[in-house]
Amino acid sequence: MSRPARPARHTLRNLAFLSPWLVGTGLFFLYPLVATAYLSFTHYDGFTAPTWTGLRNWSYVVHHYPFFWPAMRNTLWLVIVIVTLRLLFGLAVGMLVIRLKRGGGFFRTLYYAPYLAPPVAGTIAFVFLLNPGTGAVNTVLGRLGLPQPGWFNDPAWSKPSLTLLALWCIGDLMVIFMASLLDVPRDLYEAADLDGAGAFARFRFVTLPFIQPILVFAAVTGVIAMMQYYTEPQVAGQVASGQIIGSGTQTEPGYPDGSTLTLPQLVYNLGFQRFDVGAACVIALVLFAFSMVFAALLMRRGSGFLAED
Amino acid sequence: MPASRHRRHLAAAATAAVLVLSATACGGSGGASDDPNAKTTITFWHGWSAPNEVKAIKDNIAAFEKVHPNITVKAVSNITDDKINQALRAGGPKAPDVVSSFTTDNVGEFCSSHAFVDLTPFLKKSGIDPAATFPQAQLDYTQYKGDQCSLPLLSDAYGLYYNKAMFAKAGITAPPKTLSEFDADAVKLTKSNGDSYSQLGFMPDYHFYESTITHFAAQFDPTYFSEDGTSTVADDPGLEAAYEWQRKLVDSLGGFQKLEKYRASFGDEFGAKNAFMAGQVAMLIDGEWRGGMIDDSKSGIDYATAPFPVPDALADEYGKGYTTGTIVGIASTSQKQNAAWQFVKFLTTDTDAVVSFANAIHNVPSTKAALASPKVDQDPNFQTFLKIAQNPHSNTTPSSPNGGAYQLTLQNVGYAYESGKNDDLKGALDKAAKQIDTDIAQAQ
Repeated sequence: MSRPARPARHTLRNLAFLSPWLVGTGLFFLYPLVATAYLSFTHYDGFTAPTWTGLRNWSYVVHHYPFFWPAMRNTLWLVIVIVTLRLLFGLAVGMLVIRLKRGGGFFRTLYYAPYLAPPVAGTIAFVFLLNPGTGAVNTVLGRLGLPQPGWFNDPAWSKPSLTLLALWCIGDLMVIFMASLLDVPRDLYEAADLDGAGAFARFRFVTLPFIQPILVFAAVTGVIAMMQYYTEPQVAGQVASGQIIGSGTQTEPGYPDGSTLTLPQLVYNLGFQRFDVGAACVIALVLFAFSMVFAALLMRRGSGFLAED
Repeated sequence: MPASRHRRHLAAAATAAVLVLSATACGGSGGASDDPNAKTTITFWHGWSAPNEVKAIKDNIAAFEKVHPNITVKAVSNITDDKINQALRAGGPKAPDVVSSFTTDNVGEFCSSHAFVDLTPFLKKSGIDPAATFPQAQLDYTQYKGDQCSLPLLSDAYGLYYNKAMFAKAGITAPPKTLSEFDADAVKLTKSNGDSYSQLGFMPDYHFYESTITHFAAQFDPTYFSEDGTSTVADDPGLEAAYEWQRKLVDSLGGFQKLEKYRASFGDEFGAKNAFMAGQVAMLIDGEWRGGMIDDSKSGIDYATAPFPVPDALADEYGKGYTTGTIVGIASTSQKQNAAWQFVKFLTTDTDAVVSFANAIHNVPSTKAALASPKVDQDPNFQTFLKIAQNPHSNTTPSSPNGGAYQLTLQNVGYAYESGKNDDLKGALDKAAKQIDTDIAQAQ
């Protein structure tokens, strides 16, 4: 038997090196993606074989499923507000902490610790603290003579309450912003000082260009995380509603008044409560498409994750 | 298409969903050809988890195994409906043979998808007449379009709990029988305290514990579906009257916002700080289990029970209520369906088994013979619920092929109407009926 020609051997070797990625991507990304796309055009309840229904699931989700558009609006609200505020707050905390002469370690720990709290526990604690009837926050606000919002029990305040929860959990962004801020060359700041640059000019013309790739990374991962925002709104809605219903019973999604409803909750409601797998796949694909579009826009405007030369 | 391929599709869909959901982080039917006299082991999934409940079901299993020494029952406790749904779809040798569920919401789905086998041939073979054995409401919630794919395994009946001391203090001598009496008593028992309350007669808001539209509407003789399976909620006078009654009560007790603020101060429904047990509300709509919980809690609350009041025009039907319960069925994937039937038959029709289980976990027995048994708990507060369960006017929410989705749609109508967000009840019910029909068409 003759040995394969050199280019063929190179190809095989390269494929061998790539095989972990090829297997992983094929098995855990491409196959589910193709299967999800296929199932979105079928009626499938898990018991009987999928049957082709064309665009019926798409039409149902877009035109007849009453929770789709409220969830879409909420998800976009959360993407825009929470991602933006988390970037600003994370950057501000990072800048503050690296400037502290004393107590830096204490404040780093203080801001990072909430990130380590399990999301369910953190959310329940927030709902209790913000309970309009018995919560500590409204008790204090009342004693100060200030208005006492309904927080997670008021449709107008539920999303801002989730925003507060997301800002409390800022430890991840603080750490990456700290690392990138410490990486900005000191001599550039000294040169800027010699040129008479003020604090804003130093930030605008020295700090920002250096940390821009990190900002883009934080924005892209933040958008993807918000597109998949499930645990906190689901737990907050259910705990604040006060209704404890056994698993398997369909519950009101997005209490109060659908204000905390997000698209991933609909994937669960349709896919794993109604077992309407086809319709759930439609929403999964919508989420996928939005994540791709947001990521592409941010990468394009932010020139990717690489710093400019 | 072979079952394994179905599983692959579900697995692919599940993987895709998990892929979407997990990256964030703050964060066909089996045959009944087995020999029921052969030595075998069957698996039984149930949801009971409290020590007294698990002991009670174990005692029942022991009694069964004594009568059927060839059949060993392997019980798995604390199983939720989510797990049941997933396991029945996954199938395989570890899937359960006998399955019980705390909710009747999924019976339509279990029957229409043939996840549970139709028990009619088994009932016939054993000479059991369902209509003579089980109360009608219990038969209604365990079948879908004539497919008796499950049987009742104890029932729940809903009635009125009232605080006797608060009644006496307010000068009320007897529990209300009509809704106009009830409304007057609720107002009389309410003590406002600024923008909240120091005591509330009754909490009608739909997010409060068991104050759901379907539980209230049972007093108004509602129909939810026509014989052809289409929704009738747009034209049902009973349902519309139930929504209107609740809204009127909300307004007369101080309004939605004030009630909601007070509701936010309540403890968990199933905790020691339950608002009725804590003395925050004077009257409560709840199931028979609440009495057992109050007695176990040693809260010292002086209470009594009665049927929930009925509309004045239906005063002659006083004594009825909403009924539901635990259901049990045989998985169609089971290869031991005849042995499994022996167990299901014992659990659901053996009078001693039903009575002892009902007494142990403070539920209502689910057969006519057991309901009439002198061995049933004779506590008058418990007997109220036995009478409600046997009342011919008691009713339930019918099965639907997409589970409780239609009840969710009706709850949403209630949320919008009670809060004043939508005052056009007729329009909302028209829209709800169309939504229910669309959702059911989508599920089929």
